[in-house]
Amino acid sequence: MTDTAAAPVVKVQSPFRRFASEFFESWIARVALLTLLTIIFLALAAPWITPQNPYDLGQVDVLDGRLPPGEEAFAGYTMWLGSDGAGRDLYSAILYGLRISLAVGVASGGIALVIGSLIGLFAAYAGGRVETLIMRLVDLQLSFPAALTALILVAILGKGIDKIIIALVLVQWAYYARTVRGSALVERRKEYIEAATCLGLSHGRIVMRHIMPNCLAPLIVVGTVQTAHAIALEATLSFLGVGLPQTEPSLGVLIANGYEYMLSGRYWISVFPGLALLLTIVSINLVGDRLRDVLNPRLSR
Amino acid sequence: MNPILETRAVTKRFSKSLDFAAKLARRMGANVSEETVHAVDGVDLAVMPGEVVGLVGESGCGKSTLGRMVAGILPPTEGSVMFEGADIAAMDRAEARKAALEIQMIFQDPFASLNPRMRVDQIIGEAPLFHGIASRAELPDYVDDIMRRTGLDPSLKRRYPHQFSGGQRQRIGIARALAVKPRFLVCDEAIAALDVSIQAQVINLFVDLREELDLTYLFISHDLSVVEHISDRVVIMYLGRVVESAPIADIFDAPNHPYTVALLNEAPRLDQRRRAFEPVKGEIPSPLDPPTGCHFHPRCPHAHARCSAERPALREIAPGRLSACHLNDG
Amino acid sequence: MTATLSVTGLHTHFFTRAGVVKAVDGVDFDVAPGEVMGLVGESGSGKSITGFSIMGLIDEPGKIVSGSIRLKGEELVGASEEAMRALRGNRVAMIFQDPMMTLNPVLRVDTQMVEAIRAHEKVSKRDALARSRDALGMVGIPAPEERLRAYPHQLSGGMRQRVAIAIAFLNEPDLIIADEPTTALDVTIQSQIIHEAQSLCKRTGTALIWITHDLAVVAGIADRIAVMYAGRIVEAGGIDAVIDTPLHPYTVGLLGSVPTSNRRGERLTQIPGMPPNVLNLPEGCTFRERCPRATAECRHEPAITEPRAGQAVRCFHPHGGGA
Repeated sequence: MTDTAAAPVVKVQSPFRRFASEFFESWIARVALLTLLTIIFLALAAPWITPQNPYDLGQVDVLDGRLPPGEEAFAGYTMWLGSDGAGRDLYSAILYGLRISLAVGVASGGIALVIGSLIGLFAAYAGGRVETLIMRLVDLQLSFPAALTALILVAILGKGIDKIIIALVLVQWAYYARTVRGSALVERRKEYIEAATCLGLSHGRIVMRHIMPNCLAPLIVVGTVQTAHAIALEATLSFLGVGLPQTEPSLGVLIANGYEYMLSGRYWISVFPGLALLLTIVSINLVGDRLRDVLNPRLSR
Repeated sequence: MNPILETRAVTKRFSKSLDFAAKLARRMGANVSEETVHAVDGVDLAVMPGEVVGLVGESGCGKSTLGRMVAGILPPTEGSVMFEGADIAAMDRAEARKAALEIQMIFQDPFASLNPRMRVDQIIGEAPLFHGIASRAELPDYVDDIMRRTGLDPSLKRRYPHQFSGGQRQRIGIARALAVKPRFLVCDEAIAALDVSIQAQVINLFVDLREELDLTYLFISHDLSVVEHISDRVVIMYLGRVVESAPIADIFDAPNHPYTVALLNEAPRLDQRRRAFEPVKGEIPSPLDPPTGCHFHPRCPHAHARCSAERPALREIAPGRLSACHLNDG
Repeated sequence: MTATLSVTGLHTHFFTRAGVVKAVDGVDFDVAPGEVMGLVGESGSGKSITGFSIMGLIDEPGKIVSGSIRLKGEELVGASEEAMRALRGNRVAMIFQDPMMTLNPVLRVDTQMVEAIRAHEKVSKRDALARSRDALGMVGIPAPEERLRAYPHQLSGGMRQRVAIAIAFLNEPDLIIADEPTTALDVTIQSQIIHEAQSLCKRTGTALIWITHDLAVVAGIADRIAVMYAGRIVEAGGIDAVIDTPLHPYTVGLLGSVPTSNRRGERLTQIPGMPPNVLNLPEGCTFRERCPRATAECRHEPAITEPRAGQAVRCFHPHGGGA
């Protein structure tokens, strides 16, 4: 005798769709996400929507230097945001700089996420001395200020975009490891993991198929915030002169270049790249905030 | 007839061992010691094929821990779990795996016992596919069949757990266990988290499945009325030890051990109105610091000198009835 | 004699993003002084929300949309927050399922109890402390002096609940609402708690509303019982009358779901279907989709009738009138 009882919900609703609809309820999140997507789009489309390629020294003329916003360049196009000391159109330089900043931030964040998560998962599942050892390493890593560690690493590794990414990965993996390990510990105690053990599933399967997908929520939040952090860190390194080279300036380099002109009233050389950086980081953080609110398990009535 | 499942002197101790800092502190004279919880303390249990054994006790009695050891989720600290006469720990990998699949567990919390990120068909179908019980081609029909058997509508199988009610999720948990064709089910408070009317549905389901699939149950519960309804035999535990074991009619009509007497007296019953509750005194002791001798002696109205000194053995006081009390020694 | 509590036409609705949840949808009952009333129902029945409504603890997005709650003649619905604060802990108190909802984990027990007394009365700290000590003794806590100085986490679950009960009885309220206070406790401890609550009520003449889903517990403690389903009371009456001769099909089904000794091994009554979706209640009698006795008439809302003196039911086809 079967007593079939139909579920009250009508449509098949994956957890993702449910999450997405909740995310978009906040207008701040909508604006932030839109801003972020616009920034990303502009950065990706940079070669086609800028009048000048600031990395091509042939197009850059020092006689165009230090022009205030709205002035015309020698080559005939308007420099809407002015130009910097070397004659680079700031609008173009900012967009190209964003590409680099975003690329470095996302790349280092992504690699750190993968490495950190695997280490965190392994630590949580292994337990015992292995876990203790790994977590003490994490603590050690996190007790140093990020900027300082990055500086030291870059000094050791040398200059270049790949070295910067390696340095940023080494600084960031610990956050991910700690987050994932915390989540994994909580999930590991839950009954569905006990059920998986009881059903004779292999350890690898349990970790990757059962524990990992349920650790994604805090991981996503940490991921967005850490990406913003990585972008800021790269800008810091570049500002201090140990980051990316002058010929391919990221936002940090542009800000550094314009710093000396601040007192003479040519504010735009530093301020506009600074605003672009600020906008990027704030929108990523706001999106991350909203993600954290939505993904938090809440009490339901 | 031999028991299908037996535990021999099974013990489980949880100790918080001292880490380096604590050891240092102890050497310097601090009052730090290793804490050991004797969750299960030398339990002998035998379950016959087709039987339903109810395991009853309050918090700290170790029934859930015992259930997990039987189901193979926790390894015993001492003692052995025998399935069909053979010690599971002594089996080789292939045999041990086969034995592990034959003993499955149904959990208490319908929310935490299902992976929220897997669809129902994946939850039920994962293990049979993994172990080769059903091939990928056979899987959809296999899952449908099991869902029908547990009272679920197969058309719902592409949904996620959060879209089901508590009672349905419990059925999904049962379906998941049945999918690997077990012969022995450990039900750990499987209905405690459900509403009364849904409990009735699931209890009826358990009874039906037992007949259809020739299953044996270890039914762990704190709810005496449910245990009475579904069990053939009842085992009462207190603070890690078995205090009494008897067929269902005997234990409810003529309980022997003072703790059983108290438990039966205290349990609210529908046919007792406006009663004056006369509770047994005292708190349940902490498993970290159990009383010496018989664990129940501080609360027992019949305790005497021997009770605090000597642990009573679980002896047969009548055919099929076991009790651990010095009073039975005459 | 005026009733201690008189609830009439209570409607508490929650205005959520997904729609209006009519958690309490027309509840009427009275509680006489010193009486123990059992409020029984499953999850979603609205029993806890009824308790919270009486205490004035309904927060956004919930609201008491209509109805009247009179505590010894004083109207609570629409009362100012100040008035409610003067009443809570003083003339009406609540015991929760989780004692940590009453107890502050960072304060000692004596601090909390003294605070509860001095919030409503001008007494010296020493007197308040003495009263607290007596209260702990009355709920059966051994060595109350030591317990007073303890923090909640140092006490067991049963102890904490006893402290919560002591706090509830401190100012000798007219009414105590207990929301599933023993559900999370073991059988032997549960029995102790019920015993303490019973004897305290008899001593102080406090009325008690015991909210639970456990019919056996209610049978043991209550004088009268009200059965709730989907936000409404479907049957109410004296405890013996309702349990021995239930009228409403839901009550019959509920009683049949409980395993009892005289039906060992038999199939339990199964109420078919599932509890209703609170966002989408069927019109008319909310139970009709699961009721074996439903007819076309049940699409209209049944009025409250009293087929037997003292036993009210909301049904077109109640039991007992022959079948």
